Amino acid sequence: MSAALELRGLAKRYGSFVAVEGADLAVERGSFLTLLGPSGSGKTTILMMIAGFTEPSAGQLLLDGQDITALAPEKRAFGMVFQGYALFPHMSVAENIAFPLRVRGQGRAERDEKVRAALDLVQLTGFADRLPKQLSGGQQQRVALARALVFDPALLLLDEPLSALDKKLRAELQEELRALHRRVGRTFINVTHDQEEALSLSDEVAILNHGRIIQKGAPAALYEQPRSRFVADFLGKSNFFRGAVGELGGGWLGVQVAGLRLRQAAEGSRPGLGAEILLSLRPEKIALLGPGDAAENVVEGVISAWSYLGAGFSLVVQTALGVLRVHLPAWRAPFVPEIGAALRLGWAADAATIVDDDDAA
Amino acid sequence: MRREAGWYALLLPAFLLLSVFYVTPILQVLAISFLEPTPGFSNYERIATNLSVQRVIVTTLRICSITTVLALLLGYALSYTITLASERARRWWLLCVLVPLWISVLVRAFAWVTLLRRQGLINQTLQGAGVISEPLELVWNEFGIIVGMVHYMVPYAVLPMLASMREIEPRLLAAARGMGASRGQVFARVFLPLSMPGVVAAGVLVFIFSLGFYITPAILGGGKTLMVAEWISLQILDLIRWGLGTMMATLLVVTILVTLALFSRVVNMRRLFGGA
Repeated sequence: MSAALELRGLAKRYGSFVAVEGADLAVERGSFLTLLGPSGSGKTTILMMIAGFTEPSAGQLLLDGQDITALAPEKRAFGMVFQGYALFPHMSVAENIAFPLRVRGQGRAERDEKVRAALDLVQLTGFADRLPKQLSGGQQQRVALARALVFDPALLLLDEPLSALDKKLRAELQEELRALHRRVGRTFINVTHDQEEALSLSDEVAILNHGRIIQKGAPAALYEQPRSRFVADFLGKSNFFRGAVGELGGGWLGVQVAGLRLRQAAEGSRPGLGAEILLSLRPEKIALLGPGDAAENVVEGVISAWSYLGAGFSLVVQTALGVLRVHLPAWRAPFVPEIGAALRLGWAADAATIVDDDDAA
Repeated sequence: MRREAGWYALLLPAFLLLSVFYVTPILQVLAISFLEPTPGFSNYERIATNLSVQRVIVTTLRICSITTVLALLLGYALSYTITLASERARRWWLLCVLVPLWISVLVRAFAWVTLLRRQGLINQTLQGAGVISEPLELVWNEFGIIVGMVHYMVPYAVLPMLASMREIEPRLLAAARGMGASRGQVFARVFLPLSMPGVVAAGVLVFIFSLGFYITPAILGGGKTLMVAEWISLQILDLIRWGLGTMMATLLVVTILVTLALFSRVVNMRRLFGGA
């Protein structure tokens, strides 16, 4: 395992305000890492410190084991796609892409060759002589990518690269970006506040809040095993139950929540009898039970609101546990949702996860 | 259609005012230049034949060109500094640039005379320090005129360039550095080209403004170096040669109109640069 980039206790303070609190992070060569967090969580500050535009207050930055903390941004020469792309409006597409080569003093023939290859890479062959303003948002985004990759940088930094695009285009470009990452095999570091984008693009996601990295891992691991309430809530939606451990079984717990006894799987963490714990249950892991169906956890409720989402229904159900959000597939749904309708809901013991209560802000 | 006619009617008073007090005299000037002293092109032939006419044209163009170049250089440095300054510092800088605009041109011209004349502050200081033995000829020549005109023109050079520079996205400069460009390269390849629309606008403004300068060259030139405006006044008021004076006035107006016409083509360049 070779870390291409390593952050050691990287911190940034502005006076008494702490933007980033000692971030430790190792990025593997060729991987796609996303820094995910709400605005003000410090994700952009970390990216700017990696790029060299922001000077860290403390900590070290290592590229292939070399300390680059004090290196000027033009000496690091990482490829970067800026928010809003930052294409030079007075240069054509080809000139924009050639810019990093030009400032390195590369010859014309070599430059032309690389620009052509970069244009092919992002499927913009034939757009060389257009000006940036003559391109659509998605095309500008691709020019920005080509420009960031043309000089073969060790690292590609992406600052909210898709935030300016509409939803459909964003989905298309997510796929393209992922394909591009596979093709060029470089290390990509992406910053976003869009959890869907983070899940679909990345090999690894680091979730930030209030200047701290809360949890890092593969998208599926983060989604399935959130360590804290913030992670569970930020990455998708979740139902939370607070309860006390009332029974200890082999590999499971009995949790007393609002007069109900829930059966909860527990590997790893073993809270003691009487401990207060917080459970997180994803809306899509709750199933609708027919009259004769059984489940490890069963609760009855009444629909208080619902909406149709195309692929499924989103229900808000009043139960003895409080308000439950439930996602059910719409195709061949065995019921027609209706406000006031009674339901039986159930979920398995390993459907919910025990999380730390870090009081999601 | 009717409603539009109503709006145009509102413009009528202004239109009448301009045509009576502005367009009519200009047409009169044009007419006189062809009619006096004898009808025909005799006044305009002087451009080709008369040495004094040629000299004043050449002097004016030379002084205006030098003034424009110097005002642009100084103005660019100022605008660049102001653009990069903090919000607070920027307000002070702007104030310092604008204050001269509120001081009478006469006061400024005489202030320069006091500073630059043979017994003036600069010559006395230099002599006192032993740098020079004889006072330098700093005023009542082209040098004095240019000093006064550049001083007057710098704010007019700063304002369009500053507007143009403030439109440049700071992110572009950061992006250029991130791609490996040194500070010098960022300036030469990104900042300078993107600020060019402002430089062109400032250049045209300063040049046109300088062509018609009267008070500053009259005072700082001391009657030895003549520019067009002073020359025209001399022809009409002192020598009563209306035909020659109005010919030069017409030439001045035509030059300004032609410069503006050329400039309006360059305005399209502005869109090309993506500044608009």
